[in-house]
Amino acid sequence: MKLYEQDNTLSAQHVKADKQADSKVPNGLWRKCPKCGATVLSKQIDQYATCPSCHYGFRISAHQRLKWAVDHFSDLDERLISDDPLSFPGYKKKLVACQTKTGLNDSVLTGEASIKDMHFAFGVMDPTFIMGSLGTVTGEKITRMFERATAQRLPVVLWTASGGARMQEGIMSLMQMAKISNAVAQHSAAGLLYIVVLTDPTTGGVTASFAMQGDITIAEPHALVGFAGRRVIEQTIQQKIPKDLQDAENLVKHGFIDRIVRREDEKAELYRLLKLGGGRNDEE
Amino acid sequence: MTKNNAAAVVAAARSKQKITTKELITQLFPNFIQLHGDRCGGDDPAIVGGLATFAHQPVTVIATDRGIAIEERVATHFGCPTPSGYRKALRLAKQAAKFHRPVLFFVNTPGAYPGQSAEEDGQGAAIADNLLQISQLPTPIITVIFGEGGSGGALALACGDEVWMLENSTYSILSPEGFASILWKDSSRSDEAAEIMQLTPSDLLRKRVIEGIIPEQADHQQVTAEIRDVLSKRLKKLNEFSGAELLKRRQKRYRKF
Repeated sequence: MKLYEQDNTLSAQHVKADKQADSKVPNGLWRKCPKCGATVLSKQIDQYATCPSCHYGFRISAHQRLKWAVDHFSDLDERLISDDPLSFPGYKKKLVACQTKTGLNDSVLTGEASIKDMHFAFGVMDPTFIMGSLGTVTGEKITRMFERATAQRLPVVLWTASGGARMQEGIMSLMQMAKISNAVAQHSAAGLLYIVVLTDPTTGGVTASFAMQGDITIAEPHALVGFAGRRVIEQTIQQKIPKDLQDAENLVKHGFIDRIVRREDEKAELYRLLKLGGGRNDEE
Repeated sequence: MTKNNAAAVVAAARSKQKITTKELITQLFPNFIQLHGDRCGGDDPAIVGGLATFAHQPVTVIATDRGIAIEERVATHFGCPTPSGYRKALRLAKQAAKFHRPVLFFVNTPGAYPGQSAEEDGQGAAIADNLLQISQLPTPIITVIFGEGGSGGALALACGDEVWMLENSTYSILSPEGFASILWKDSSRSDEAAEIMQLTPSDLLRKRVIEGIIPEQADHQQVTAEIRDVLSKRLKKLNEFSGAELLKRRQKRYRKF
């Protein structure tokens, strides 16, 4: 059929998506950095999962992080399961789906780890598990981790990543903030070091408790760190807020974070900080 | 429990007839001396603090305030404390501990102020500091939630020995509107959210999140009389404990969650 013979009005022409288009382009060939907008060839993204242009660290699971964050680790309290305190419709199912997907029992992996000769208690929050939200099991695991660290006189390194409270667990989620804070206070009173690594995103009740209670607070480049969500802030003040308001770099300017550290430098930096600031304190 | 129970409590907690901070303070503490400022450059009117005598002993009083006149409401961000407010509360609570004075908190807040300035001044860090430090002060600390107990903004003033709630008050992770908006993308389902959230005093007492419920009548004088009665009894009890014993009990209180 010749072109000019076609019925060529837009309304008559049925534009159909090429159903095979998706399979023609390999899935995930490109990745767009949500911070600087750079389009990155997936092959260029190494184990650290950072943007080569602005060094932003993509959201990664706890297991992915542990491949490079420490030398050795052991996983503890990995069998605790939330008892669904509000009997929230569909929540148990959601938990099971997340557990299957991540291989974790809840949104944090805790245990003991080492970098070279430095031994410490640690927690890594997993933003892929219900947005790293703070549920009762998350709170219990972090509390036990601090209690063990206090008893064994170990420093703590905690990588935070959280959308905040676990809505499906209601007030019990809020109470985790107080419970963990008490455990942090005991650990601190024992003269032990607590290092926080803020990763993207750290918000809400996690920012308003243990993420901001460290002796040393470092953050990954451009990690979003804040209390309220962008939409809530904009609705409250009835105006747009600066794009970088909750960037870790902006929090450094305002005095709430000690240093920005790139993922590839993190292990070495943590080692130096652990060496300087604590480690097993045998003097008692 | 009737279907609309929780939603009715939410409405009553926010009612215009609700006792105000000013009434509470003037009726419970006639010799109240207000103390201003966070000593870091600010004085948030959403937190009112000061000294008074209560049940024959000096106490430190710290209350959230929504204001009454429109200018006051704007200045207090409708009862949402800023980081400066939380820092003032912490300063006064620490001072109380220094002089072994009990601290009485009164809370009616939708939550911590979620503004740009509050973010820049470290709202998260300010609340985190209160949770870390107020919880460890070796002096009796009692909180009365008399309207809304909104999330971390309320918890930062409710991390001591006991929390009591007026009959018509709520304590929750988020407003029912916010909860419905996040989980169901529909803030109009707030009544349904209120039911499921377990935010009423009786729900919270059953979960042992609070120590007790204070009956509430329409007559505000009667309300303050009930509060006075509960606070004097509880203070008498808490005064029996040493600082170390208080901390031990408190540790147990929060560990159970």
